[in-house]
Amino acid sequence: MAKNDLIGGSIWEEYSQKVQDLMNNPRNKGELTEEDAKRLGGKLIVADYGAESCGDAVRLYWIVDPKTDKILDAKFKSFGCGTAIASSDTMVELCKGKTVDEAVKITNIDVEKAMRDHPDVPAVPPQKMHCSVMAYDVIKKAASLYKGVDMDSFEDEIIVCECARVSLSTIKEVIKLNDLKTVEEITDYTKAGAFCKSCIKPGGHEEREYYLVDILAETRREMEEEKMKEAAEALENGQEVAFNDMTTVQKLKAIEKVIDENIRQFLIMDGGNLEIIDVKENGAYTDVYIRYMGACAGCASSTTGTLFAIENTLKEKLDENIRVLPI
Amino acid sequence: MKKVYLDNNATTMVDPKVKEAMDPFFCEIFGNPNSLHDFGTKTHPYLRKAMDQLYNGINARDEDDIVITSCATESNNWVIKSVFFDHIKNGEKNHVITTEVEHPSVLAAFKWLESQGVKVTYLPVNSEGIVEAHTVKDFIREDTALVSIMWANNETGMIFPIEEIAQICKENGVLFHTDGVQAIGKIKVDVQKAGIDYMSFSAHKFHGPKGVGGLYIKAGKELTPLLHGGEHMRGLRSGTLNVPGIVGMGEAMELASYYLEFEAKKVRALRDKLEDALLEIPDTFVVGSRDKRVPNTILISVRGVEGEAMLWDLNRAGIAASTGSACASEDLEANPVMEAIGAEADLAHTAVRLSLSRFTTEEDIDYTIEVFKKAVERLRSISSSYAYKPENI
Repeated sequence: MAKNDLIGGSIWEEYSQKVQDLMNNPRNKGELTEEDAKRLGGKLIVADYGAESCGDAVRLYWIVDPKTDKILDAKFKSFGCGTAIASSDTMVELCKGKTVDEAVKITNIDVEKAMRDHPDVPAVPPQKMHCSVMAYDVIKKAASLYKGVDMDSFEDEIIVCECARVSLSTIKEVIKLNDLKTVEEITDYTKAGAFCKSCIKPGGHEEREYYLVDILAETRREMEEEKMKEAAEALENGQEVAFNDMTTVQKLKAIEKVIDENIRQFLIMDGGNLEIIDVKENGAYTDVYIRYMGACAGCASSTTGTLFAIENTLKEKLDENIRVLPI
Repeated sequence: MKKVYLDNNATTMVDPKVKEAMDPFFCEIFGNPNSLHDFGTKTHPYLRKAMDQLYNGINARDEDDIVITSCATESNNWVIKSVFFDHIKNGEKNHVITTEVEHPSVLAAFKWLESQGVKVTYLPVNSEGIVEAHTVKDFIREDTALVSIMWANNETGMIFPIEEIAQICKENGVLFHTDGVQAIGKIKVDVQKAGIDYMSFSAHKFHGPKGVGGLYIKAGKELTPLLHGGEHMRGLRSGTLNVPGIVGMGEAMELASYYLEFEAKKVRALRDKLEDALLEIPDTFVVGSRDKRVPNTILISVRGVEGEAMLWDLNRAGIAASTGSACASEDLEANPVMEAIGAEADLAHTAVRLSLSRFTTEEDIDYTIEVFKKAVERLRSISSSYAYKPENI
């Protein structure tokens, strides 16, 4: 990464062709009026999100069929950079023909993915992800207006970043959906913390109720717990759990099982044995620390052939990234 | 497609005459000036000429130093950090003054000073984007070591009252440094008349090459070196002399002085023509009055149009402009100068900087006016905030 990070100024080079085309020629820009609503026999919804003073503002127009909740037509207007225009346009395209309940499920990820040229290459650089988050939020705003509920109650909004008007739920959701690990990433995705920076951590120029550092820690903890819970439930229900999704204790048990079933008998036959001392996550690897016993201890093969056989069996049965380390 | 370069406050084209002057120093006269043999000494007359050109360009006295550096960022860092080493770290002083609108190489160096426990005062600018000299006076304390204020602002082009500020510093026994990067080649820069102690500059801002700059140091105000090494430049700044760069910068300085009047008349006329035409667009604002501004710069706000979107449309038509300082163009934050001058919050993200040079032509300006107007029309047709009357408020 370092080599590619040293020369700056590449934001525009990282836009997909689709993003560029949509910036130049948005398909759904414009307004919808009461007359349009009458003509189509629907209800006009006009939702605003963001603020010009923050650099991004978008207005979404919907005409919704009150009987079916279907979005009959949609348009947008946007104050923002090219990516804001392109993602607003894409969001509107995705809304059309859906019901309001379906539209609320459109996420910023859907918007961004729809703008990709290749499925694996992001449509915009991370600094520009916030534009698609904004597109996602304005849908919720429109839906809340349509359903006649206040957006606050609809979303149980707690605004963490006042400058960018980013809510606690948005931040938590974005962390979970995108597996964000740093405050900088939260800022790139949501713009929270990009302005006065008071909401990043205590000690800024304004005291806040919530800080991004705490929300991140709390959300990561929740994610970890959810992962554990899922793994436990899956195991209870007798489902296969991928080795990587297991908790450390589950990993230990799985490793014990493979060793008992495939390895230990051969060691005992030769008058030896092994015990598992510890299992540690080490970046992408799972390190299994073992201690040889009996004849195995001091056997020349214990650091070569036997070790490879143990490691390969675990790799084959459980996971490619297991390393066995005798101590 | 026509190409128009209106980002001359970020960097400039090397004047072909400068390039020509530099050419022999790559393959022919390539010796190290510090060597004793002919290859080395053959560079000396050319270096001496370049130094003459630099001294003449800013009217430095022979007893003063103009030390060659790699860029103005180095020069700025040198002054700020060495004042810390020479006058603050020893407990003599503990306070410095600068402005909110300095270049990042000044602001970041002062942030570092703050991390070392130094008190830094960031002076505000008025609504025209100018630091008023009396504010300097108001904030100078017993323990103030340094005042560092730019000569002209990179974003707005506004010229600061350097002479007055230098006088205040002198009266109070405080060192005065100015970042002269945006002034040289645009307005007359006379370090003696202005009475400053240190001035940073950079060749690529006045049609010289990149990678070479300088620091003017008034006699008697010597600083601890930032780069230690082979005792080049009398030990003030070690590192093998960048011979082609120095020759190029000398030539560029001479040309800059020669073209000053052209800059004040012709470049200014083109700038004013562009500014007049753009101000015909409803709801547009330019920061600062023209007479207090360097002749090449316009910082314009177009209500309802976000700056980067404007740049995108200009770039599509082959026109280069900027939303702020080039260093900040990847940044999502509002233009800091717009914030500092107290512009309406809604305008903070709408600033676009157009900066001309002596190579800008009348056709360039006519084309830019045409493209700019079309871009405003297109982007305002998309804009959610322009010409919108909210119904539910």
